[in-house]
Amino acid sequence: MIGSFRAAVVTFPGSNCDRDMAVALEAVSGTPPLRVWHGDVELPERLDLIALPGGFSYGDYLRSGAMAARSPIMRAVVDAAARGVAVLGVCNGFQVLTEAGLLPGALMRNAGIRFVCRDVTLTVENTASRFTAGYCSGQRIAIPVAHHDGNYFADEATLDALDSEGRVAFRYAEPVNGSSRAIAGVLNAGGNVLGMMPHPERAIESAHGGSDGRALFESVIGGLVNA
Amino acid sequence: MKIRVAVSLKPGVLDPQGRAIQHSLEGLGFSGVRDVRAGRLIELDVADDTSDAALDEMCHKLLANLVIENYRIERVAA
Repeated sequence: MIGSFRAAVVTFPGSNCDRDMAVALEAVSGTPPLRVWHGDVELPERLDLIALPGGFSYGDYLRSGAMAARSPIMRAVVDAAARGVAVLGVCNGFQVLTEAGLLPGALMRNAGIRFVCRDVTLTVENTASRFTAGYCSGQRIAIPVAHHDGNYFADEATLDALDSEGRVAFRYAEPVNGSSRAIAGVLNAGGNVLGMMPHPERAIESAHGGSDGRALFESVIGGLVNA
Repeated sequence: MKIRVAVSLKPGVLDPQGRAIQHSLEGLGFSGVRDVRAGRLIELDVADDTSDAALDEMCHKLLANLVIENYRIERVAA
């Protein structure tokens, strides 16, 4: 069952959490994900999940995620997202998703200027999505962050729409980076694309210091297998 | 033809870098600096027949993120 789960992890020049993402996906699904390079023009067939990892793609040149969002593989990712394939972008992957127009808003320099690297507490806001179904509504979870540009910005109308449509997946339960309405993760209108600054793949077993990220992978993998 | 594209944060978008620069200027003893906004200057050397529309498209597709930034295109006299 779970063995039929097919995921791909995209590596851009400067990605540095692609291996962590692959390890997490294999640990939870039992199947190692396929690996895709930024210069590829096609994704493997029959994918259930595409993961865009953290890191500093293209050295954060121009804007974080800007160059990666225009790389050849992203055209295929945009097409796959339109077909309903699940897409998870973590940290730099979230920045890439906003730059590619798959998610609204932008991620700006942290309000406190400094790089923030620590465990933070999140509140799970939406438990209806395929990424968050394994959590309880309002559940508080501890997930590490490690970013310089995690300050989520969108105009008021966009923020109101995200709130009213239940598209805020996670909020910070403490001050972290100055994000509008403390947003830590957002969903697209179809609910199949999630971008988040915190790193769930760094919290899947007790040796990591916590395993609160595991339910996210169990949700998306279990949901797809049962679909 | 030389082109300068000045990219700046939209009014109302918090600019933490600009604020840090402002604080540093104050620390150096410069008084009366009310606000600082940091932007980006991109210089292009393009074919002479490059249209305004093409330059606009470059800004929309890559050089600026219109969610948070404005841009201004300036043709630099040779």
